[in-house]
Amino acid sequence: MTERPRRRLRVLLAKLGMDTHTVGITVIGHALREAGMEVIFTGLKQTPEMVVAAAIQEDVDVVGISTLSAGHTRSLPKLAHLLEEAGAGDKLLLAGGVIPEEDKPLLHDAGVDAMFTMGTDTRDIVRYLEEWWARRQAAEEVA
Amino acid sequence: MGIAADVLAGKAAAGARAITWLDDRDPRGAEVIRHIFPHTGHAHVVGITGPPGAGKSTLTDTLVAELRSRGRTVGVVAIDPSSPFTGGAILGDRVRMARHTLDPGVFIRSIGTRGAAGGLSRSTHDACLVLDAMGFDVVLVETVGVGQDEIDVVNLAHTTIIVGVPGLGDEVQAVKAGILEAGEIFVVNKADRDGYDATVSQFELMLHLREQSRPAEPWRPPLLRAVASAGEGAREIVDAIVAHRVHLDETGAFALRSGRREREQVLALLRDKLAREAIAQAGDSILAEVEARRLDPYSAVEQLAGQVR
Repeated sequence: MTERPRRRLRVLLAKLGMDTHTVGITVIGHALREAGMEVIFTGLKQTPEMVVAAAIQEDVDVVGISTLSAGHTRSLPKLAHLLEEAGAGDKLLLAGGVIPEEDKPLLHDAGVDAMFTMGTDTRDIVRYLEEWWARRQAAEEVA
Repeated sequence: MGIAADVLAGKAAAGARAITWLDDRDPRGAEVIRHIFPHTGHAHVVGITGPPGAGKSTLTDTLVAELRSRGRTVGVVAIDPSSPFTGGAILGDRVRMARHTLDPGVFIRSIGTRGAAGGLSRSTHDACLVLDAMGFDVVLVETVGVGQDEIDVVNLAHTTIIVGVPGLGDEVQAVKAGILEAGEIFVVNKADRDGYDATVSQFELMLHLREQSRPAEPWRPPLLRAVASAGEGAREIVDAIVAHRVHLDETGAFALRSGRREREQVLALLRDKLAREAIAQAGDSILAEVEARRLDPYSAVEQLAGQVR
């Protein structure tokens, strides 16, 4: 039997910029752990460059960014661009926190795959990731 | 094979992917090891262990900084516990090492224990081999917080650092069995705290007893102080790491330990493979018999072992 063992989903959670509110990202981290995922925290005040380097070293499948201060319209597109440039564009890029409705199309076009704003049920995030992961693994199986 | 060549060329993405495969027990991981193994055996593997809250991650961060200032490249494998219920894990060790993220001479990888006891994951040794093949001079392995006898890191590393802190009550008790007999460098971290003198006295006593019981042991483990959060003590600890490496080279113990570690790895992989094959051949029926108490475990093993002969 040469069945490929089921991979465990690895998720990097980071905060970009200067805000230091960690409650949201901590709650999400624990919810993902409860769902059987491996969650890597990188800490506060990360630059897009640091997130890319950590995502590559940790070989995560998903990069989740919590943003609660302004600046996301610059930092998130930059992060998406750097991931692409580093050959890591296949990683799922998520953003959460405070994202005004009018910014969403711009961020989506820039490469942010999904956005979960304040008040999102953590179970919805888990479900989204599980469904994405199932599709990704099925695609790898075929490849 | 592309990935293996890239690992040998020191490419971060390739090394990272190889470690994922090995951690997931993907057969492609074994293929990478097959290619890189002849190029390994050079990195100095240093284990860092101690009770939870001893400041292992912060100490690791300061050791990376000190090693980098001496021109050494450093790989870090940081282990945190996986949930025994969900298999998930929060891996937070690299938060304390964030300042090294953009240094190309540093590679940090977080790994969950994934059900392994002993303070390491099953994949830790393989991760060290990958970092070795990538060309890192030193590989630091930070274990999960250990209890009484999680000494797997001692068998894995060339040099093991035991970290204690004041104020955990009977924390020497917590690290005594096995660990205290095995470490090569002892550090009392958070030395600016109350209870430092008492903790040092306890360590001194233990080390004295160890010396008495092993008078022929050529390496005398140093007992060092550190305040890792302030960067204090890193220079002395790295001096001790370097001194121990010299000692290992002079006595021939470096190659001896590396070789013994590979022997252990073969036996561990063999146990794994034979067990999986036996179960695959026999199906679940023998295990079910034991579960229903109609068959005893020893007889079950005889029957299962018969399946792979």
